[in-house]
Amino acid sequence: MNRFGIRGLLPFVLGSLLIFGISYLISGNMNPYYYSILIYAGINITLAVSLQLVNGITGQFSMGHAGFMAVGAYTSSYFSTILGTDIQNLVTSFGIPQFLFMPIFFATVLYLGGLSAAVLGYIVGLPSLRLKGDYLAIVTLGFGEITRVIILNINTVGAARGLPGIPQWTNFGWVYSVALICILTVRRIVNSTHGRALLAIREDEIAAEAMGVRTTHYKVNSFMIGAFFAGISGGLFAHFLTYINPAVFDFNRSFEIIIMVVLGGMGSIPGAVLAAVFLTVLKEMLRPLQEITKVDLRMVIYSLMLIILMLTRPNGLLGSKKNE
Amino acid sequence: MNEFIQHLINGLGQGSIYALIALGYTMVFGILQLINFAHSDVYMVGAFAGYYASGVFGLSNHPGFVSLGIAMITSMIVCGLLGFTIERLAYRPLRKSPRINVLITAIGVSLLLEYGGQIVFGSDPKFFPTLYSSNGSLQIGELRINAIQLMVFVISILLMFVLRTIIYKTKMGRAMRAVSHSHETAALMGISVDKTISFTFILGSALAGAAGVLVGLTYPKIDPLMGVMFGLKAFVAAVVGGIGNVFGAVIGAMILGVAETLVVGYWASTYRDALAFAILILILLFKPAGLFGKNRTEKV
Repeated sequence: MNRFGIRGLLPFVLGSLLIFGISYLISGNMNPYYYSILIYAGINITLAVSLQLVNGITGQFSMGHAGFMAVGAYTSSYFSTILGTDIQNLVTSFGIPQFLFMPIFFATVLYLGGLSAAVLGYIVGLPSLRLKGDYLAIVTLGFGEITRVIILNINTVGAARGLPGIPQWTNFGWVYSVALICILTVRRIVNSTHGRALLAIREDEIAAEAMGVRTTHYKVNSFMIGAFFAGISGGLFAHFLTYINPAVFDFNRSFEIIIMVVLGGMGSIPGAVLAAVFLTVLKEMLRPLQEITKVDLRMVIYSLMLIILMLTRPNGLLGSKKNE
Repeated sequence: MNEFIQHLINGLGQGSIYALIALGYTMVFGILQLINFAHSDVYMVGAFAGYYASGVFGLSNHPGFVSLGIAMITSMIVCGLLGFTIERLAYRPLRKSPRINVLITAIGVSLLLEYGGQIVFGSDPKFFPTLYSSNGSLQIGELRINAIQLMVFVISILLMFVLRTIIYKTKMGRAMRAVSHSHETAALMGISVDKTISFTFILGSALAGAAGVLVGLTYPKIDPLMGVMFGLKAFVAAVVGGIGNVFGAVIGAMILGVAETLVVGYWASTYRDALAFAILILILLFKPAGLFGKNRTEKV
């Protein structure tokens, strides 16, 4: 496959054109409620696909995705909100116009958010990837919770009060560009030598190691890439909501992303995308019902879905069939 | 110094409740190599079973040992049945599936109990009735031991001894130990593996039910999500002690209980929930088999 050829670029070009087309069409004349659903769906796509890389493709069951999201959200918001005006004053003093400054600045803070999440991914990944299966699951859950508790105790970012006043920079174009980049990145990884190694690790770690695959190296890599995209979607999330607090990133959110991955089918990227969209819409459709019953009915349905799925169709809706 | 010993006493009281729940985790893990995430929610159901039992039987009008006993036995029966049902419907069909599928199912069952519980019991917290009223406390020098604390501790220890007797002195207990070594070999020796696993679930869940009532006595506010954090900590306790090891679970729970009260007493209560996970991560990194667990290397 010619990696740098025109054909390799085709999905990216087509996808970008599509995104800009749609964002031009919907600009200004869309119901804000539907627009917010659209944004959340995009963020969830990135989250689900990035977790798919870790859980579905590398086979390392991580339950701490919300922690990475939190780190990304808080890092990017710290730069854009608390240091934002200072940086802006500094930059505009060099004579750079405002309209040029915002997109570059936003991209930078998102990138920083993703990077810091990736660093955490490395810190979590390197030691805990010595563990397998259930232990890894519970340790990643633990790291996610510790992250949340630490943020809860940092006063500069508002501790339990949360961080208000984040500029609302996220829009359709940003969210879906990131989703597109995430999907293409993960797809490229899967179809590369690197991806073969990841799949080998998923199928049989001992056999992979025996064939000379550096399992820890690959596992940590996929963990960091997953964390990176989770961090960026955390940043997008924060800059859409304009207010974040640590409770938003508790382990129910991690579960939500896991359910998307499982429903879509372990290892399937289209599955993760579809499940992310489906569950985002389902959540909103259940909202009226929830107001009547005063109970988070969504979680009851999710959990039943998980159990029934595992009992009847353990590979998910679009999962690849394993050769037993 | 007195303050330190007081924290120690409170910690042991807390630890004894963790121990009751940790035992259920460790037994199920020992026999199925499964983290039964739903176990923490069985304990929540236990607290509610005690709550409703005291409502139905009017137990709070006659506080005392008998009322407490009735509430606990009801709760243990309810939880035992629940544990049996969960195993039968959700875990048994997956006995031959990859472990990750069973893990996902366990998470599903756990969430179902939590949020289904909000529908059945209502999501607002309920106040656990005073089944055992005593303002008395044991005073040793400047140390105070709350009567309820002491009783919870004694009952927990008593239940652990009962469990120990069942595991090491009865035929069923021997079967449990055999199955935890190897399902196939146990089956060849004429042990009904399914029955033994069911029995393990019933036993563990009954203990969780008792723990639910005991927690209700100590912290009277109960709600459907009360099991989440508590259960995770009990699980951590089981891992610290070496999962699959009954004695280790008790020691691990005591360590965790004491460590928590010390952190709250001398540092900050906000770090309380992170502590359990920090301990867990440290243990898994440096001694993955726990304090008393056997190191198993995976062979092809």
